[in-house]
Amino acid sequence: MRQLLSFVRKEFYHIFRDKTTMLILLGIPVIQMILFGFALSTEVKDTQIVVLAPSHDEASERIIERLNGSAYFNVAGRISSNREIEDAFRSGKAKLVVVFEDRFGERLRHDGKAHIQLIADATDPNAATTFTFYATNIINNYQQDLMGAQQNPYIITPEVKMLFNPQMIGAYNFVPGVLGMIIILICAMMTSIAIVKEKEKGTMEVLLVSPMKPIYSILSKLTPYFVLSCVNFGSIILLSVFMLKVPITGSFSSLVFISLLYIFVSLALGMLISTLANTQLAAMLISGMGLMMPVMLLSGMIFPVENMPMWLQVISHIVPARWYIEAVKAIMIEGLGFMAVWKDVCILAFMAFVLVIISIKQYKVRLE
Amino acid sequence: MDKNQNITDIAVSCSNVSKSYKDVRALNKVSMEVPRGQIFGIIGPDGSGKTSLFRILTTLILADEGAAAVDGFDVVADYREIRKRVGYMPGRFSLYQDLTVEENLNFFATVFNTSIKENYDLVKDIYQQIEPFKNRRAGKLSGGMKQKLALSCALIHRPSVLFLDEPTTGVDPVSRKEFWGMLKKLQKENITIIVSTPYMDEAGLCDKIGLIQDGEFLTTDTPRGIIGKYPNKLIAVESNDMHQLLIDLRANELSKDCFAFGDRHHVSIDHALTTDSAATKDIIREIKSFLLNKGHKNLIVEEIEPGIEDCFMQLSQK
Repeated sequence: MRQLLSFVRKEFYHIFRDKTTMLILLGIPVIQMILFGFALSTEVKDTQIVVLAPSHDEASERIIERLNGSAYFNVAGRISSNREIEDAFRSGKAKLVVVFEDRFGERLRHDGKAHIQLIADATDPNAATTFTFYATNIINNYQQDLMGAQQNPYIITPEVKMLFNPQMIGAYNFVPGVLGMIIILICAMMTSIAIVKEKEKGTMEVLLVSPMKPIYSILSKLTPYFVLSCVNFGSIILLSVFMLKVPITGSFSSLVFISLLYIFVSLALGMLISTLANTQLAAMLISGMGLMMPVMLLSGMIFPVENMPMWLQVISHIVPARWYIEAVKAIMIEGLGFMAVWKDVCILAFMAFVLVIISIKQYKVRLE
Repeated sequence: MDKNQNITDIAVSCSNVSKSYKDVRALNKVSMEVPRGQIFGIIGPDGSGKTSLFRILTTLILADEGAAAVDGFDVVADYREIRKRVGYMPGRFSLYQDLTVEENLNFFATVFNTSIKENYDLVKDIYQQIEPFKNRRAGKLSGGMKQKLALSCALIHRPSVLFLDEPTTGVDPVSRKEFWGMLKKLQKENITIIVSTPYMDEAGLCDKIGLIQDGEFLTTDTPRGIIGKYPNKLIAVESNDMHQLLIDLRANELSKDCFAFGDRHHVSIDHALTTDSAATKDIIREIKSFLLNKGHKNLIVEEIEPGIEDCFMQLSQK
């Protein structure tokens, strides 16, 4: 026991004395939360639009007014010909151009049918879809009001309700994602690098020629990163609740429980990587390729897994972050309890078990 | 069975140990036996297989063939037992550079389930020299101090066998001398010491040495025994033009071998030509006049006793 304590103390010395690394480890979650929270927001708010309305009639002006009056759009200017549309995008003046056809109001009144063209900058397809979705909604609203005035007997009104996140706040989506990524990176990447560092610096050679049990040296490597991850978990939760106003609607204890389990899975993964790599660079590459990419792309953190091709969906099953993020979303956002995430818990527990078994089997008691 | 029964009078032994890395044969059927309490020197150039042998004996790597035992324990089957009782100082400085001197020593003491206090008398002489710097990070120590710290850490659990892989490489001559003084003291504590070095001049300080080259022991004996077995007569030659001198000496048919040794050249003369001292004197005279004819000035030619390095050169020529 004294052996273990002394070893753990040594590991904390390593971390505390490497100020830059420690700062990065504790700073990353805070910076990511702030970045995602404010800078990289995917919410539509005051998007600049440009309008082409040659007829200047009442109907088109009403619609423009509504667009401008909504929280989503700002009419940044008007253009008078089709040729200027491209310029509006090129100059960055507009993300969306709303084009009313000639004699818009007249056609609407006489033919009962008129066209509006929505041209969006689709370099960011997700954003373009969102812009057109909001614009279409506003136009539809106007149409319904118009119909209401004419007493049209047949009206089908789809009423969309955004459940759990009625205001479509992006933070609801990324807080679980950031949690999933930060924890796995710090646990797996940092522990694997820490273990491999001993090999690279030659200290492993001395450690091996000692009565120290391998399980002790592994345990003591894991402890500091376990603590660090708990601190990070705490800071992410605090930031998300108090800064981003994302409430924890579900059971807090379930959230903590599954997070601890996920931390454990990540630590086990780090152990496994350390048995595969012999240099810090290799450990970095393996965890970079093997963790960062899948976690970012296949966990549902940024892109929804359901929309991916089948084979990617299959691969995503072995990404622990996928299950964790799913569970955190269920607990934090949907407000569900432990019963809703038992499947994710089982999968993560199984992963932990398999990883620990493999890495203990793989652990080298000798140099080669 | 009582553990102590395993402790024999042979501290380290290995027989026919071979080790290959891919297509390089690092060790080829190496055998040796080191009685308890001896200083055994493994002496050979870089890449001769010293480190591989150390790693096999300290259970860090597995030999391809052959068997080895430390304190009577097999290096493969009983590796845990061996790891408890040996001290190992690798060739590269392998302590934690970001921990202080004291923290390093403390850490290794607890790793071996002991404390600095318990074995302080053993490391006292060595540790006292670095104790003034005990709050300094190990990475900021000078080469000699690092080496003393590494030795203290390897000794803190009072090992029965101490493995020192090139402990004096890159250390200044004064510290080297000091270091060997410390080893002699440790020997009195009944600690068996296996030490490797590329410096032939350190060979004489060992009880027994093994000269190793290309993964094979050329010979293992006491330093005196090895020198005694040197078959040839040896003369040292010096002149104003050492470069030309080497060329001329090698051209002379009387010289069997000729090597540059610091500020002199060592020329070996076949023992068949030097059956008695009169014959040796004749040959020295002959070589002298040969070199004078070649135009060498300030010439010194004299018979000398061979050193370990001369023996190594002679043995490695075979």
